[in-house]
Amino acid sequence: MLNYDLVVIGGGPAGLAAAVEAKKNGIDSILIIERDRELGGILNQCIHSGFGLHEFKEELAGPEYAQRFIDQVNELGIEYILNTMVIELNKDKEIIALSEDGLINIGAKSIVLAMGCRERTAGAVAMNGYRPAGVYTAGMAQRMMNMEGLMVGKEVVIYGSGDIGLIMARRMTLEGAKVKCVVEISPQSSGLNRNIAQCLNDYDIPLYLSHNINKVHGKEKIEGVTICKVDEKWQPIKGTEQYFSCDTLLLSIGLIPENELTVNAGIEIGEVTNGPKVKSNMETSMEGVFSCGNVLHVHDIVDFVTKESRVAGKNAADYIKGINDSDGKKLFETEAGNGVSYVIPNYVVSGGKDGANLYFRSRKPYKKVEVKVLIGDKVIKTKKMPAMIPSEMVNIPLSPEEIANLNDKIKVEVKEIGK
Amino acid sequence: MENKKEFTCIVCPVGCHLTVTKEENQYNVNGNTCKRGEIYAQQEMIAPKRNIASTIRVEDGFLNLVPVKTDKQIPKEMIFDVMKEINKYRVTAPIKVGDILIENILGTGSNIVATRNIAKNN
Repeated sequence: MLNYDLVVIGGGPAGLAAAVEAKKNGIDSILIIERDRELGGILNQCIHSGFGLHEFKEELAGPEYAQRFIDQVNELGIEYILNTMVIELNKDKEIIALSEDGLINIGAKSIVLAMGCRERTAGAVAMNGYRPAGVYTAGMAQRMMNMEGLMVGKEVVIYGSGDIGLIMARRMTLEGAKVKCVVEISPQSSGLNRNIAQCLNDYDIPLYLSHNINKVHGKEKIEGVTICKVDEKWQPIKGTEQYFSCDTLLLSIGLIPENELTVNAGIEIGEVTNGPKVKSNMETSMEGVFSCGNVLHVHDIVDFVTKESRVAGKNAADYIKGINDSDGKKLFETEAGNGVSYVIPNYVVSGGKDGANLYFRSRKPYKKVEVKVLIGDKVIKTKKMPAMIPSEMVNIPLSPEEIANLNDKIKVEVKEIGK
Repeated sequence: MENKKEFTCIVCPVGCHLTVTKEENQYNVNGNTCKRGEIYAQQEMIAPKRNIASTIRVEDGFLNLVPVKTDKQIPKEMIFDVMKEINKYRVTAPIKVGDILIENILGTGSNIVATRNIAKNN
C-alpha cells in the first residue's frame, strides 16, 4: 500500500488549488489522483474567456486558468497520477484506485474530495419519442468540438438554458452550424445574463422561455423536435406546438455533483446541494476528509471554486499537523431563510480561526434586495444588491471576530426592498 | 440612431442591466456598477466589439487542436471573417500558452494567441 499525508481526489481547479494550498502550508507528501489524461478538469474544454476576473483581475480562457495552477503544481513538485479512477474510499481513509498498472491501494492521513460534477443526460428529462443518435449533452459536444476537433452537427436545437448550452450555441454558430433555438422550461433562463446577451442575442438565436420539448422525432438519427409552451405547472398548452427540424439536440439541463465515493464512504450528504455536508473549515462528516468545488455544490464561477478550495487545502494541512479547527468546538448549523435555496457551509465552527465564507443562491429572481445574515434574531451583516438570480452564487465572508462567540444558528435571508 | 438603448453588460458575470441615453454628442450610461461597464456601453453604441475564442489544428501535438483567443477585441461585424481566417491555419507543436499564432488578424490590430500548452507527441 502507498501512503501519503494528503490525497486529493480530482485534478480539476478545486483539487489543484487545494493541493497547492496544502503544500504552501507545509505538507510535502501529497498525491493528486486524476481520471483524465491530463490535469485541469473541465476547464480544458472551456475555451471561451471570462475566467479569473476575481482571482487574477484579468479575463482568461478556461485552459489558461487551469495552466496557472498546473504550473504551480509542477513548480512545487506535487505528485500526481493520471488515467486513474478512484473506485472506493473507506472509513479508514483508504483508497482503492484503478490505474494503468491495475488496482492500487493508497492510505492517507487526510483526503480532499474534489471530484467535480457531471451533466444530467437525456434519461433525466421527460420527452416523448426515442433517444436517437444526435442527442448530446452540451459539455460532451464542447469536448468533442474544442478538444477532439469533431463537429457534432449542422442544425441544432438546445434544450435548457444553462451556461454551457448558451456558450455552445455561440460556439456552434461560429463553426458554421445553424442554431435554431434554445428551449427553456422555466420562465427565466438558468444561465448568466451576460451569456444570453453575448451568446444568443449577438447571433439572433431565439430563446423560448416557458417551453418544453414534448417530442423527439426520429428513431435511428434525430430528425427534429416539437416544442410547446407550458403553463406555470409545466404542463403543455395545446395548440402552441412548433416543429423544428434538426440533426443535433444539445442538452444543458443541469449538473449533478459526482458523489458515489462520498455516499459509499458513509459521508453525510446535503439534500439541496447533493454534495457532502461541510463545516466552515470544509471538513465533511468524516474526520480529516475535506471537500471543495463542484462536488460540494455546483458553482458558476471558477474563482469561487479556487477560494473555497484553498480553505479545504489549508485545513487539510492543519489536520495533518494535528490541528483540527473543528475539534472540540461547537458547531452551529446554517439555515437557508426566506428566498434562499441553500447555504454552504452547512455548519459554522464557533471561534473558527479563518472565519467562515458563506455561499448561497436565491430561490427565484429578485430585483433590489437586501441580504441579511443573522445569528439567532440578531442581524450581523447586510448586503444590498440591485438584483439576485438563482444562477448567480453570492458570497458573504464572516470574519473570525464575527463568529468568535457563536451561540445560535446562522441564517441567511433575502428581502425585497422595492424601487 | 435612437436616443435610448437598453442592454445587458457582458464585461463580467454580474451582467448589469444598462440604459444608455444620448445627449448631444455624449452617451450617458445608467445601471452600471463599475467603470468598465460605462466604457463597454459607450463602445457598444459607437462600434460594438467582441473577443472570440476558437481552435486551430495542430500537427504533431498531444492534442489535434489548440484553443486560441483574440488578444484585443475585434469589430463585431468581422467575427465570421476572422473565424474563416483562423480556420485556414495549421500550426505545429510544441505550443506555449500566450504564443502568437496569427499576427494582426485581417488588420484588426488583434493577434490570435494560444490559450494552452500543447506538448509534442512522443
